[in-house]
Amino acid sequence: MSQDPHTDEHRDDIGSRFGMWLFIFTELLLFAGLFITYSVFRYKNWQAFHLAAEELDVFIGALNTVLLLASSATIAMSITALQQKRKVLSLGLMGFTLLVGVIFLVNKYFEWSLKFEHGLYPGSETLVELGKGEVLFFGLYFFMTGLHALHIIAGLVFIGIVFNRIIKDKITHDNFVHLENAGLYWHLVDIIWIFLFPLFYLIT
Amino acid sequence: MSKNDEKQHIVPYRTFLLVLLALLAFTFISIGATSYNLGPVTVLIALLLATFKTILVLTYFMHLKWDVKMFGILVAAVLALIGVVIFITFLDYLFR
Amino acid sequence: MSSEQDTRKEPSFFEVKKHKGIFAWLLSTDHKRIGLMYLYLIMSFFVIGAVLGLLMKLELIAPNKTIMEAQTYNGFFTLHGIIMIFLIVIPGLPAIFGNFFLPILIGAKDVAFPRLNLLSWYIYVLGAIIAVSSQFSGGGPPDTGWTFYAPYSFKTSTNMLPAVLGAFTLGFSSILTGLNFIVTIHRMRAPGMTWMKMPLFPWTLYGTAWIQLLATPVVGITLLMTVGERLFNIGFFDPALGGDPILYQHLFWIYSHPAVYIMILPAMGVISEILPTFAQKTIYGYKAIVISTLAIAFVGYFVWGHHMFTSGMSGTALYVFSILTFLVAIPSGVKVFNWISTIYKGSINLRTPFYWAISFIFVFMIGGLTGLVLGALATNVHVHDTHFVVAHFHFIVFGGVGFAFFAAIHYWFPKMYGRMYDETWANLGWLIFFIGFLTLYLPMFVLGMAGMPRRYFDYLPEFHGGNIISSMGAVVLIMGLIIIIFNLFRSARIGPIAEKDPWQGKTLEWTVDSPPSLENFEEDIEITEGPYEYE
Repeated sequence: MSQDPHTDEHRDDIGSRFGMWLFIFTELLLFAGLFITYSVFRYKNWQAFHLAAEELDVFIGALNTVLLLASSATIAMSITALQQKRKVLSLGLMGFTLLVGVIFLVNKYFEWSLKFEHGLYPGSETLVELGKGEVLFFGLYFFMTGLHALHIIAGLVFIGIVFNRIIKDKITHDNFVHLENAGLYWHLVDIIWIFLFPLFYLIT
Repeated sequence: MSKNDEKQHIVPYRTFLLVLLALLAFTFISIGATSYNLGPVTVLIALLLATFKTILVLTYFMHLKWDVKMFGILVAAVLALIGVVIFITFLDYLFR
Repeated sequence: MSSEQDTRKEPSFFEVKKHKGIFAWLLSTDHKRIGLMYLYLIMSFFVIGAVLGLLMKLELIAPNKTIMEAQTYNGFFTLHGIIMIFLIVIPGLPAIFGNFFLPILIGAKDVAFPRLNLLSWYIYVLGAIIAVSSQFSGGGPPDTGWTFYAPYSFKTSTNMLPAVLGAFTLGFSSILTGLNFIVTIHRMRAPGMTWMKMPLFPWTLYGTAWIQLLATPVVGITLLMTVGERLFNIGFFDPALGGDPILYQHLFWIYSHPAVYIMILPAMGVISEILPTFAQKTIYGYKAIVISTLAIAFVGYFVWGHHMFTSGMSGTALYVFSILTFLVAIPSGVKVFNWISTIYKGSINLRTPFYWAISFIFVFMIGGLTGLVLGALATNVHVHDTHFVVAHFHFIVFGGVGFAFFAAIHYWFPKMYGRMYDETWANLGWLIFFIGFLTLYLPMFVLGMAGMPRRYFDYLPEFHGGNIISSMGAVVLIMGLIIIIFNLFRSARIGPIAEKDPWQGKTLEWTVDSPPSLENFEEDIEITEGPYEYE
């Protein structure tokens, strides 16, 4: 996917960004299948979903939302910084994004642990006893936030690779489409969470 | 002929920070709005606000406002496709 | 070397090796080598899939057990489906001929992302290994059918995980190929080649690529959800936990119906390339074919419920899906009309690719028209899950993609290998294959209407006669296949040297050497006219 910066005539930044957008579309469709499932089961079990959502901690959810939004802003700003040849600032902003991403995952870990302690996990007897709507709610909760967390990890790896390449001057103020692409991916992960948050935490 | 003759548009930090503020505002509004139970209206409000936030991220953070027009059109088309598929699926579930 | 070789300025891509030995292939990012690597793998899997099919037909040649137990039969039709669908007809034409010829047809020297292209191939290999490994471990070969329907897919004790995860992996390969082709077609057409001057095979690859990109992730998530069911009892599709098995079917077919357009659109593209050449006449209604291609790709997203008419959907859903299904047939009809109009009053060159192309039209029409029987609600109830369906999809998929594949390989063989195949054996192979094909599948329509179910290892005595005819057809078809494949293999090594443009074609591939040089074109090219200007 990358071209040696020294063969500029063959570089196609628009094509590269286009490829990234296309990949983003596949991710949208991937999560769409789960959103379809959520809609169907919410429609059929709206009361149970309502009740089950009370188990979730709005504060942690909101905190994670704020963190992710901020990290989106910082990775966007890191592109501006790089374009202005402010390499250190750019790396700093990216570092903030990485740090925030890790904190998000840590929060998730604690959230999930709490659920597990209360016997709330797919296949548990506690869950089955609560009823069918609850089983579906938590099935969707774990599956969707879990899949989202995997994408956070992927995003962090992507940003980490770009971070490294900026340090080595392989990505520079006039050759930064890979930073843009990493940013796009991170924003996608942010957008998914923008929808997950209200659908699981706020509709009580 | 290089394919990189596009002007390198630089987005001011200010723009990103203003957008972030708007996003945070919408987030807190949605937390507040959904503490009132208005049934399906609550769901609608929450989703509408999430949609506004998404449009802000797409337009500014993801640079669609200044990028090749086709990208924005494609994003809209893909989201429309997902919408139609959900709609058709509900033709089954709503009328069973 | 022959004089043909002396006149070429650059060596053939076969002779330019950036690595030693087998790594000249395994590490190559050249779209032509990648296309051939797909070809060899896909043909190998096809042989395995065909053998499975033959063994199934031998089992069905008489009621009761003939050569295998019921459980084995269930495993066979499952594996046959998995191989044929996920390893052959979905990747098939785009991976082989799309890879080899798309860049050349649009005047480019490779695809947009060559390394991603190689990665797609490796993901294909990985997916194949994972899927096939399902046969040799765990609780025995999967027996759900290639459709993995819930709840049986998570209740069966057979080895589902590798099959499901293999399919998931193969989906990734498909997605990345689609992504690559979309960017290639948008960004790398030669100067002067506007969209409406692009040949029709690239147009179909374009429509196909969008489907690969947008539909495949839906089955991806569905398969992951199935894994969740199997491993964690997550409950989405399990009625005992509040889930809905019909939701599985929705999610599965939201991909798998558009998938059949992934299969057929490139096949139609091949036919649209071949007929003008062998009629020495421009394609009739170029614009209409382009619009039909995009219409099929688009409307095809909204008809998936016609696989589920007897599942328990609402009445509203039934009507809507049936109407949309009839709608999507229209652009296909437009294409058939345009193909016939192309060859009408043309200067016909009766050669092997042409035979495959016109027999394609014949079997595709039968497949398509019987699809309308299935698309109409009342008749569907009668023939759903019978051999009528089996006949329909073999006509349209095997007849469609299969015949187009053989048309394509014989059309482009001289360009790919620089050699010509033996025409007598090729034509004989075609004839025997065609007779075998009709004998194998036509009786299934009758058997299905008479009530013979699909995916059953046994049947009532009244179906015996039809099954004998059908199974004999299978043997004849396999004989034709052996002739065809042997001929191609032999000719690739020692066939007579071919000229640059043996068919007097007008598209760009006929202007480059046979086989093409590494970067395809020696000089920069500029396009000034449409792709099929024969007059």
